[in-house]
Amino acid sequence: MIALLIRDLRLAIRAGGGFGLGLAFFLILAVLVPLGVGPQPAVLAAIAPGVLWVGALLACLLSLDRIFALDWEDGSLDLLATAPIPLEAVVTIKALAHWITTGLPLVLAAPVLGVLLNLSADAFGWLVLSLLVGTPALSVIGTFGAALTVGLKRGGLLLSLLVLPLYIPTLVFGAELVSRGAAGLTTQTALLLLAGITAGAVAILPFASAAVIRINLR
Amino acid sequence: MEIRVENLACARGGVPLLDALSLSVQPGQALILRGPNGCGKTTLLRTLAGLQPALAGSISLPPDAIAYAAHADGLKSTLSVRENLAFWAAVYGSGGVDAAVARMNLSALADRAAQNLSAGQKRRLGLARLLVTGRPVWMLDEPTVSLDAASVALFADVVRGHLAAGGMALIATHIDLGLPEAQVLDLGPFRARLPAPGRGGSFDEAFL
Amino acid sequence: MSSFWEYANPRKFMRTTNWLLPLVAAASVVVTATGLIWGFFFTPDDFRQGSTVKIIFLHVPAALMAINAWIMMLVASLVWVVRRHHVSALAAKAAAPVGLVMTLIALFTGAVWGQPMWGTWWAWDPRLTSFLILFLFYLGYIALWAAIDDPDTGADLTAVLCLVGTVFALLSRYAAFFWSQGLHQGASLSLQPGTRVDWAYKAPLYVSMSGFVLIFVALVLAGTRTEIRARRMKALVARERMA
Repeated sequence: MIALLIRDLRLAIRAGGGFGLGLAFFLILAVLVPLGVGPQPAVLAAIAPGVLWVGALLACLLSLDRIFALDWEDGSLDLLATAPIPLEAVVTIKALAHWITTGLPLVLAAPVLGVLLNLSADAFGWLVLSLLVGTPALSVIGTFGAALTVGLKRGGLLLSLLVLPLYIPTLVFGAELVSRGAAGLTTQTALLLLAGITAGAVAILPFASAAVIRINLR
Repeated sequence: MEIRVENLACARGGVPLLDALSLSVQPGQALILRGPNGCGKTTLLRTLAGLQPALAGSISLPPDAIAYAAHADGLKSTLSVRENLAFWAAVYGSGGVDAAVARMNLSALADRAAQNLSAGQKRRLGLARLLVTGRPVWMLDEPTVSLDAASVALFADVVRGHLAAGGMALIATHIDLGLPEAQVLDLGPFRARLPAPGRGGSFDEAFL
Repeated sequence: MSSFWEYANPRKFMRTTNWLLPLVAAASVVVTATGLIWGFFFTPDDFRQGSTVKIIFLHVPAALMAINAWIMMLVASLVWVVRRHHVSALAAKAAAPVGLVMTLIALFTGAVWGQPMWGTWWAWDPRLTSFLILFLFYLGYIALWAAIDDPDTGADLTAVLCLVGTVFALLSRYAAFFWSQGLHQGASLSLQPGTRVDWAYKAPLYVSMSGFVLIFVALVLAGTRTEIRARRMKALVARERMA
């Protein structure tokens, strides 16, 4: 299983792996929003938590279709399904690899972009914490979406249509956590709910993803 | 330790292809599946490999014994020959990467990225994967596509070595592999017949 | 063999709905027309909201069916997953567009009602927001059905999506309620249902709701019949290929 993780990370980093695209997208979004909205610090500070969270979510979405599509095209998915690793573990590892290559860089880059968006000083810690807790759910949910659309031609657009509604709870609680942190309000409920969604998604969705892959491989 | 299939029926895309198929393979034996295109060779292999459910019948296989090789080789183009094999060796918890590379005549290419291999070399790498799995039952779907005559002979030699070590092989192919000792099974007679029109038989099959 | 599951046989289903569908369709027209005409023309104007309140006779039944259609899809998907009855999967497929339209009607009538009452076509009230989210889930479900060629694969995948989607739709609804009581301005726009609604309103409202239920049943039956016929066509093509 470690071998699978290492392979996926290696593939992501080597040429054509698309590593860093999500990060670049996140950066561009954080530059474009002030250009569109205007430079008033108060306005930017008010929308910063939401913009950063929506940006993280879209950046995650960008690389989702790569999770299974390449393995499907070259036939490795068939071979992985007949290999001695349970498919549930395969999808979990794939989600983990996606998080390491996409979610984790976003978490690390977010404070820098928070400066661009004039995020209030109190909120930086909450921003990093909320992304750290929330992005694993984005990867796991996205893996489920990628598993649903794996056999489809032009599945990319459908994938976003399926996954984005599933992202709503994570987005709401994540952005809410940052907003409350920025306003100095109590953050406990939002944090617990966010963590709860992540824990639930990580615990249950791999089974759904594996079932869906099996159906798609038939 | 044998493969025994009885009264198997399988379908592709909801259409029954094979029916009442029985076969058995003993250790040291190879079974070559023949039949025209679309007769269900791939479907049969995928069913036996557990990728799709059988409509009916029973399949008895030794547990954790199958190494399946499909049309596609499952190679990662940016990984080298050795890295590709090392990955599968780690997945199957086995070793012998270098031996497999040497056996399939790939030693000179061991550090070349798979994307820079020719079609035949890729195919040889795909077959080297079978060696590193260490599994006794090989299920091969058109293993000789894009191999030249020398490579086919090499492949036949590898299969013979596998059988001599007590392995088994099910091979779907059109060409003569040069394995005269292998049994041949023609899938033509097992083609599924049309159900009688208008009589749906059981509950949910009233569609067909 | 007189169990309920008998109707899961496509043949039996077609035979039964052949006479049942016209009855349900006729009943749905009569009941809905009764409810709406009664509601629109024979109820007093509200002392506060005037005649605008009468859109409730469209709005509430549509909202009711928007949610119930999804629940029906969930049950049908579960039946498919557990018992592999094709009719069940096809009924779920047929219900989705109806639910989508019901959601749209609920959103649209809500906007039309909200404009004179609250002075805005749209507000990010949790109730409105959760309906908008439900609309997105319907869209995704229908799009997934449309994208898959093999009917059994489609039935399986959409069933899983329906199960997972239900959990996330509930979470989203909860999130919407949580979110709008946060920093954002408190939403006080939603109606308090059931509080001192006079029987003069309740009676036609219930009639109208029954009418919408009948419309839903009729449309789902008709849709399922269409889907079964489409499956038969596919089966015939498959027979051609096998022959």
